[in-house]
This record gives sequence, structure tokens and C-alpha cells, in this order.
Amino acid sequence: MTTVLKLNGLSKHFGPVIANDDVSLTLNKGEVLALLGENGAGKTTLMNMLFGHYLPDSGSIEVADEAGVLQPLPLGHPQVALAAGVGMVHQHFTLAENISALDNITLGAEPLFALRRNRRAARRKVEEIIAQSGLTAPLDTPVGRLSVGERQRVEILKALYRQARILVLDEPTAVLTPQEADTLFENIRLMTAEGLSVIFISHKLREVLAFSDRIAVLRHGRKVGEMATSEADEKSIARMMVGADTPELAGAAMAPGAPVLALTGVSVTGRSKRDTLSGVDLTVHAHEILGIAGVSGNGQSGLANVISGLTRPEQGLIRVNGVEIGAPSPSAMVQAGVGRIPEDRHHEGIVGAMSVAENMIIERLDDADVQSRGLLRREAIQDNAERLARAYDVRGPGVEAPARLLSGGNIQKLILARVFDRSPTLILANQPTRGLDMGAAAEVGRRLLEARERGAGVVLISEDLDEILGLADRIVVIRDGALHEAPSRDREQIGLMMAGEPA
Amino acid sequence: MMDILNILISESFWAASLRIATPLIFGVLGALICERAGVLNLGIEGIFVVGAMCGWMAVWLGAGLWGGVLVAALAGAFFGLLHAILTVPLGLSQHVSGLGITLFATSVSYYTYRTALPNVSSPPRIEPFQPLDLPVLSELPFLGSVLFQQTALTWLALLMVAVVWYVMNRTALGVAIKAVGDNPDSVDAQGLSVYGLRIGAIVAGSALMALGGAFLTMSAFDAFFFGMVNGRGWVCIALVIFASWRPGKALLGALLFGAFDALQVRLQTEIGALVPGQVFLMAPYILSIIALVVAARSADYPRALLTPWFKGQR
Amino acid sequence: MIRIEPRQTQSRAFTLGVPVLSAVIALAFAAIPLLAAGANPLQAYAEMFRGVFGSVFAFSEVLTRATPLIFTGLAAALAFRAKLWNIGAEGQLYLGAMAAVAIGSGVLDVSGILLLPLIVLLGAAAGAAGMVAPTYLKTRFGADEVVTTLLLNFIILIFVQMMLEGPLQDPMSLGWPQSAPVLDQGMLPPLMDRMRVHSGLVVALILAGLAQFMLARSVWGFRLRAVGENAAAARHAGINVNRSLFGVAILSGGLAGLAGVSEVAGLKGYLTSDLSPGFGYTGIVVAMLAGLSPAGVVIAALFIASVFVGADSMSRAMGVSSFLADLVVSVSLLCVLVGGFVARYRIVRASTTRAAS
Repeated sequence: MTTVLKLNGLSKHFGPVIANDDVSLTLNKGEVLALLGENGAGKTTLMNMLFGHYLPDSGSIEVADEAGVLQPLPLGHPQVALAAGVGMVHQHFTLAENISALDNITLGAEPLFALRRNRRAARRKVEEIIAQSGLTAPLDTPVGRLSVGERQRVEILKALYRQARILVLDEPTAVLTPQEADTLFENIRLMTAEGLSVIFISHKLREVLAFSDRIAVLRHGRKVGEMATSEADEKSIARMMVGADTPELAGAAMAPGAPVLALTGVSVTGRSKRDTLSGVDLTVHAHEILGIAGVSGNGQSGLANVISGLTRPEQGLIRVNGVEIGAPSPSAMVQAGVGRIPEDRHHEGIVGAMSVAENMIIERLDDADVQSRGLLRREAIQDNAERLARAYDVRGPGVEAPARLLSGGNIQKLILARVFDRSPTLILANQPTRGLDMGAAAEVGRRLLEARERGAGVVLISEDLDEILGLADRIVVIRDGALHEAPSRDREQIGLMMAGEPA
Repeated sequence: MMDILNILISESFWAASLRIATPLIFGVLGALICERAGVLNLGIEGIFVVGAMCGWMAVWLGAGLWGGVLVAALAGAFFGLLHAILTVPLGLSQHVSGLGITLFATSVSYYTYRTALPNVSSPPRIEPFQPLDLPVLSELPFLGSVLFQQTALTWLALLMVAVVWYVMNRTALGVAIKAVGDNPDSVDAQGLSVYGLRIGAIVAGSALMALGGAFLTMSAFDAFFFGMVNGRGWVCIALVIFASWRPGKALLGALLFGAFDALQVRLQTEIGALVPGQVFLMAPYILSIIALVVAARSADYPRALLTPWFKGQR
Repeated sequence: MIRIEPRQTQSRAFTLGVPVLSAVIALAFAAIPLLAAGANPLQAYAEMFRGVFGSVFAFSEVLTRATPLIFTGLAAALAFRAKLWNIGAEGQLYLGAMAAVAIGSGVLDVSGILLLPLIVLLGAAAGAAGMVAPTYLKTRFGADEVVTTLLLNFIILIFVQMMLEGPLQDPMSLGWPQSAPVLDQGMLPPLMDRMRVHSGLVVALILAGLAQFMLARSVWGFRLRAVGENAAAARHAGINVNRSLFGVAILSGGLAGLAGVSEVAGLKGYLTSDLSPGFGYTGIVVAMLAGLSPAGVVIAALFIASVFVGADSMSRAMGVSSFLADLVVSVSLLCVLVGGFVARYRIVRASTTRAAS
């Protein structure tokens, strides 16, 4: 088997943090290599060095040329990597939404200052690639109107159009239904049969085991293991990833109490599918974690906005603890005892330029311990912040420092402190562990279970089915802005419901 | 009512509309290019002034009319480049930088004019562009005489509408400019330079804006006055939203605006006795605000407008 | 490869150093246009210095000139803090001035003691109205307030001319477009004998101090800062963003209106359509030089006023166009912008760029 890519002893540090430490890796022609590891294990950094976004501190990279002979790759130049046949599909799509898929694919591949474009030839070439790979997407529609799955296919087409011989996919299934993911992997199989080599980055054991030829595991920036997939099993790779057996999070079963949240016939016409709801009925009880499973963009934002008070529904009733919320607003919801952990913690959770202490009281500016007669009680605010920082282990350069200086995990702890300190009766946790390392994610789970124990009801919105299966007492699937109760905890069945197929 | 109808069917009215619209066509096209690439250029008002002053002064110094047009465009491009450097690689506030460019360009123009001509009682005049006589077109019944009364700069403006339309919709460059204003990462990932595209678009757009100013001193009038731009640049910023960043609609918006302005001048002579003249002077600005309010709700802003982008940060 | 990344910490030296350095660079830059005009820059600087510090009167002129700039600078600083782009201070200034002469010239029969407070109050209210309207269009229709406030400046100025040729025209002015004078009891008392500096300055200083205190220490200031720094997070946290915007619109417009009141009722005594040589626009430069801090506005306004007064006096002595002052002011704005960049970011080699994930 011929080797098409060799990473030789790559190391990279950012300040005191070692992102990659002496990582070597080979990729063979027509092979699917899974790069597995927790968030922060160094997977993305490694691939960014391959793609020229980062310059390694030491080490070298060799890529096979068209004749199959390994050539050293000049480092730190995305252009060169592109030209050498390395294509990368990022987690966040790099597509312009106001131009067509075809334009996105050909962007940069044709001379900028030509007076005419040879669109016909370009289209023919793309259609050829589609026929070979099975990656279908409407070529003339503006990308803004394509589904997530279609956009991802356009991303891959982009790389193939540029004659990529090595394709790197960064968490490609994060936004797909299990069934869409299966189709993707079938397409990848078609492409590898044609000689393409694929590295895909993931932390989902199931798909790694099902679809890769070989697995490399990273932990804390080092390669801790490598094996043929046929010889691997779930338990052993998980142990390699986290260093010990994965902790079982789920708490003991509890009898649900009185309803803390009741939505009746709630409808919202949003700007897009992601924040549209149609006639949603939902009841959450005390001592209950309700998991909302679904593919990204199926109304999760709409539901979260209603519960957090950001959107006033056009129709329907909202009751919190049995009391109807007549004029929903964020402050009305906070007053009613709803604690909200927003999806985008940087943009909705904190005001980065303001201090940690200020961010800890931002939801309760009218409280007597925060202000008197319109003036801030600065000492009380400071004391409050110190207390919360200790209780919730918020680490950073101090409570007077701007909140944006905190790491992602510590920002989430700040938000947890702000939310849980008020002992809310209902908690909305929207993607609460996204982007967190396993330690911080476990902490979030622990706090949610603790709140449930105390008697709170929790709405947990997550695109990570494993997280929901691990935490939720009851599971509801959201699709096209409507909710469907999952009859069982069967992964396959829930996956089909997410995809909109009869279970 | 009859009077208005008479005005509306008169050739001189439409000729005047097109004349008034000309600087706005340049300005809206310029602003459109900048904003399509994702950068608001509030330097437009000052770039108009620079174009007006430099174009005029070049002619006055003997560069010839087209020499003046070239100088005006280069001067506009220079101030555009300044704005581009501040807002693209440095990623500074596009609002503040634009206002700064307007203040800077205006004061440079005024200072230069005052320094070159310290003691003139009445501003010196140049021989401006004359109406073009085009063989076949001028003989067309209605359109012919409307177009017949226009100078070469108006023709250039109309030509630029077609050029900008073609570039934006039919060339790879136009696609790249639209893409960089929507999602700079898309352009970067394909190996094109976000900075290069944005800087280029701002420089080109600013050169066009300066031509709008040059029209004022080299075609509409024959001299430079302080305060002669008088908010025309800001009007363009409103019109580009009204035009939803499309060259064709930009022409339409500028023409509507020109027609309205021409109408108010004529109405003023008709019913001027009843209403203070200032009401008519205010009308164009009020119209711009109304156009903005009407268009704003449904406006499909370039998604990356006002958002700086830094290489290597996602 | 070179990359740009945010500084983790911001040193105090930058906050103070950037505006000062910008001012110095802008002044030094003036040498180029001075040389172009054939003037000796050193002599010109000396003339400017003399024009500012040469006598008590000279400096009192700087204070007089700084007074409206403090008002418009505060107007811009507060609005910009909330990311409300009020570029309409020029128009709001005229609205305030119009209200002042409308009431102050004896239209209303108000007893002496009440007249001045009434002028101040209604002048501020008129200015506030001039900013509330664009804020409404912004929050209700999404119309960009930059464009609407800019266009309103022209509309209001034409309206002023209309009023000065109509209802507000002084019958004694022999057809000249100027308003009747403000009655004596409606005037802001002067601060010094035979000088033009008036008690509007005191009002401006008090308001600057108050704004500084409220911004840092009050719940109102907290909300305003939160809305300006991250409106989405503020809204999510239960802060009524629109209410905060309208609040700051009223204050910002009111402050700009007071600039007009202060010019009319403190300095000129009557209104003409050339009352303001662009105080509204210059206020934006003042605010930016001040780093949007109300206390800084006072210092920045003094600097800008010195440039104008100094350049005027230099212009008289040496025949160089006083547009030089506008040049210096605009260059200082561009410098402070770049300085803000240097303070916030540093340029690093790519190999030390922070991890993306």
C-alpha cells in the first residue's frame, strides 16, 4: 500500500500550552483514518498545521505528488497545501451564502480578472465529480437556501474540484442526522475506491468504529494509540481517549413532581427554520430532566428563545410553575424562576468587556444587594463575585478582570454560577457542553443533576444524542419546529425520528 | 395637477433629472462596490469634495477635462486606500474611520483650495464639459433630446452602471467580491486574499465616488465652492440600501431621486409663492430618509458588512 | 507570516498615551501643510501657542470655544458608548438653539428667574427630540441611524433658515436672517469681566462630572455599557435594550441641544444659520480623542478648542488658511483610531498564534 501523507514528529505550543507534542502519522492511499480525541486533545491544531494555517515548532510533513512520490511540504502556506492536493472541510462551513453552490466551488479556481468565465466547463467538471462521488447538491441555488447536509456536500465538492487527493473532515457529522451521516460515509467509500485518502476527525466512537480503516487517538496533544479498526473495540478506545473508563453520569431515577413549565400550542414564525415553532405542547416537571434531541436547525433556537423570553410567541400559552406568563420577556422569565444557559455563551452569555463580577449580577440589577437608589453597591457586588467564583471554581485573572479573558470552560462556570445561585425552578440548558473539555462538561452534567435532585425541572437541548441519553429522564425529538415524544431510549429509533422517517 | 403632468412629459424635466442623478449614480455605484465587499465607506462625502476640488483644480492648472477626471479618480482612490488600510487589515471601526476620512478629505480640499487661491473674491471658472452630440442617438424622438442634453460624464456614469453590473454578475471578480462581503472565510479557504479583494473594492469604489464630485465642478458647475457637495454623499449611502446593492436598482434610485429633485425645482416656480422655498430644499433629504425607512426592513445587508476579518482567526 | 491578535491585557499607559500621542502627531503633521503654504512651521507653532496661552483673554477664548465642544463631545461619547451612532449633534445643536431663541426672545411671558431654567430645559428637550426620532426609526424600522442623523443635520439647518426668514426673524434685523435676541434675564451670566467665557462652561463641566460618575457607578450606566458592549447578551440578561437606547438618545440629543442653548444664550445672544462651525461633527472627534470617557471629553475639548483658537490667531498673523485647524482635528481623529488599534492588538509572528481549539 502506498503512503500519501507522512507527518513526522510535529510539535506545536501556544505560550505555555502544548497543543501537539511529537505527533507522527501516516496515511495510505484509499484509506479512511479516524483521528479521535476529546475536545482540546490537539486534533484540530494538528490538521491546521497540515493545512498550513499554523506553523509547527518542529517536525515536517511529506505529501505524495501526482506520481505518488513523497515530497516535503513547505509549512505554513495554505496555498501550497491546497496545491499539493490537501483539502480540508472545516467544522464551520466556509461558504458564501449569497452566491450559488457552483460559484462557491469554482471560487478562486478561475482567473479573477478574466472578462468571461467558462461556466460550462466548470459545471461539466463538477457534475462529473458528483457522478463519481454521489455527493449531490443543487448547483444554481444560493447556498443560503441549502440544507446543512447539502452545504457539507458542497464543501467536499469544493475540495474535490481542487483535485484534493487527501481530504480532511473536521467533525463532519456534528450537524447531520445519523442517517445523513451514513450517506456521507457511503459517499466517502465511493471516493476512497477512486483513490482518495481521508482523515476524519471525530469524538464519536460509534461512527469511528463503523466507518474507518484505522484509528489514531490523541490525548493532551500526544498520539496515545493507533490501531486497525478491525482490532479496536469501544471500551478500549474510550479508555485511550480519556485515560480512564468513561464516567457514567446518569442519576438515579426520581419521581417527577408538579409541572414547572407548560407550553400549550406555542407557535413562532421565525426568520428561518431554526427559530420557527408550530403548535408546540410541552410539559416539564420538577425532578425531571427533559432532553430535546434533534438535528441542528430544526427549531431548537425557537424553543430556547421562547423559554428564555427572547421571543414572544404568536400563539399559545406559557406557564411557569403554574403561573401564566402574560408578557414574556427575559426579565419576566428570570423573575418567574427560570435559569437560562444560552447556546452561544460568548455572544449571549456574557458581556466580554465587562468584569466577571458585573457579569455575575447582570440578570438581577434590581436586587437590593446589588443596588441602592440606582447606584451600584460595588462592595457587595465584589463579595458576591468572590463567593460565586469560589463555589463554582471560576478561574481566571480575578473577578475585576474583563470576562472575555476567561477560558471557554470558565465562562460557562460563570454562567452556571449566575444561574444556579438563584435556585431556579426551571433550567433551560441549550447546548451546555458544546466546545467544553470533558472535565468541564462533566461539571455541567453534575450541576444539572444536582438541580434536578433539588426539585428543579431541566430542559436540556443538545445535538449530542449521547449527552441526552446520559442525562435525560425523558426524551423529546424536535423536527421542523414540532415536538415528538420518543417512545423509547433506543438510539436507532430516535435517530430515525430526528431524520423524519417513520420509526 | 395639469401643471405637474406638463412637467412630467417635458423633455427638459427628464434631461434635468438625469443631470441631477449623475453624481448620485457615481456615488451609489461606488458605495455599492465597497459595501458588497463588506465595508461601509462613510468617507464618501469627503471623497466627493476631493473629487470636485482636485478635478476642478487639475483643469484649472491646464490638465484638460479628461486629465481632470483622471486626477479626481486618483485622488478618490487615494483616500479610499487610506480608509481601506484603516478598516481592512487594521479592522478599525468603519463608522469612525469613514467619518474621519470625510473630515480629513474635506479639510485637505478646503485648505488646498484656500492656499492655492488665497485672495479671490469670486471663484475662478473653467470651461466645463459640454453636452455631447451623438450622431444617431440624438435624433431619437424623446429619448434623444433627453440624452442629447447630457455631457460626457453623464454618459460615463451610465456606462459605469453597465460595467459594474457586468463585473458583479458575470465575472469571477464580482463573485469573489460578493463572497468576501458575505463570508470572508469562504474566500480565504479558496486561497484568495480577503484583504486584497476588500482593499481593491474600496479603492475602486472610492474612485467612482470622486467622479461624482468631479461632475459637480466640471459639468454641473464650472467652479469649486465650499459646501457644494452638501450631503450628496450621505444621500448615496441611503440610496444604496434602497437599491439593495444592485447596480440596476442603483440607477433607478438615483433617477427617481433626480426626478424628484427636478420636480421640486419646477414646482417651486409654480407654487413657490405658497410655500417657503426651503421646504423644497429639504425635500430630497426627507425623501432619502423615507427611502431608507421603506427599504431598511427588508434590506438584505451583505452579511459581513461592518465586521472586520483577521487572517488566521476564525 | 505576520498575524494580528488581541492583547490579553491593556495597560493604562495606552489609554492615556494614545490620545496624547495622537494629538502630538496631528500637530506635528500640520508642518506639512504649513510648509506647502510657504509658512515657517516653527513660527506658526509659536503664533498658535501665543494665540492660546498668550494672554488671559486668549485662554478665556479657548474656554469659550471648548464649551460647546464639551456638550457635543459628551453627546457623542454617551451615544457611542451604547453603540448608538449619533452623528446628528450638529442638527440637534440647532434645535436647542432654536428653542432657546423661540422662548428666550420674549414670546412667552415668563418671569425673570424662571426664564433661564426654562430655556435650558426646553433647549435640551428640543435636541433630545432630534435624536429620539432617528432612534425610533432605528428600533422600529431598522433604519441606520448614521444615515438618518446625518441627513437630519441638513434638514434641520434648512429648517433653521426657513424659521429665520419666517416666524423667528427679528423684526428689527432689516431683512437679515437672524432671530430676535434672547432677553437679558434669559442669558447665561458671563464668568469673567470683559471676557466672553460664560457660565455654560460650568454647566458643561458639571454634566461631564455627572456623566462620568453615572456611567461607572449607576445601574443606568451599567445597562448602557452592557447594551453597547454586547446588545445580545444584555437582552438575554433581561435588560430592555430599546429602553436603554431611547434613554441614551434623549441624553445625547439633550446634551447636543444644550450646546446650542449655550451658544445662543451664553455667547451670541441671537441665532443665525452660521451659529455652529461644525461643533456637532467636531464633538465626534472630541469623544473619540477622549476614548469615550466623559472626563476625557473635557480635556479633549480643551485641546481641540486650543487648536481652533490657535490656528485662527496664527492665520491672522501669517495669512495661512485657518482650515489648517480642521486638518489637525481630522488627523488627530485618524491617529487616535490607529492608536486604539495599537492598544488593543499586537502584531505577532504566526508561530505564536493562540490555539483555535
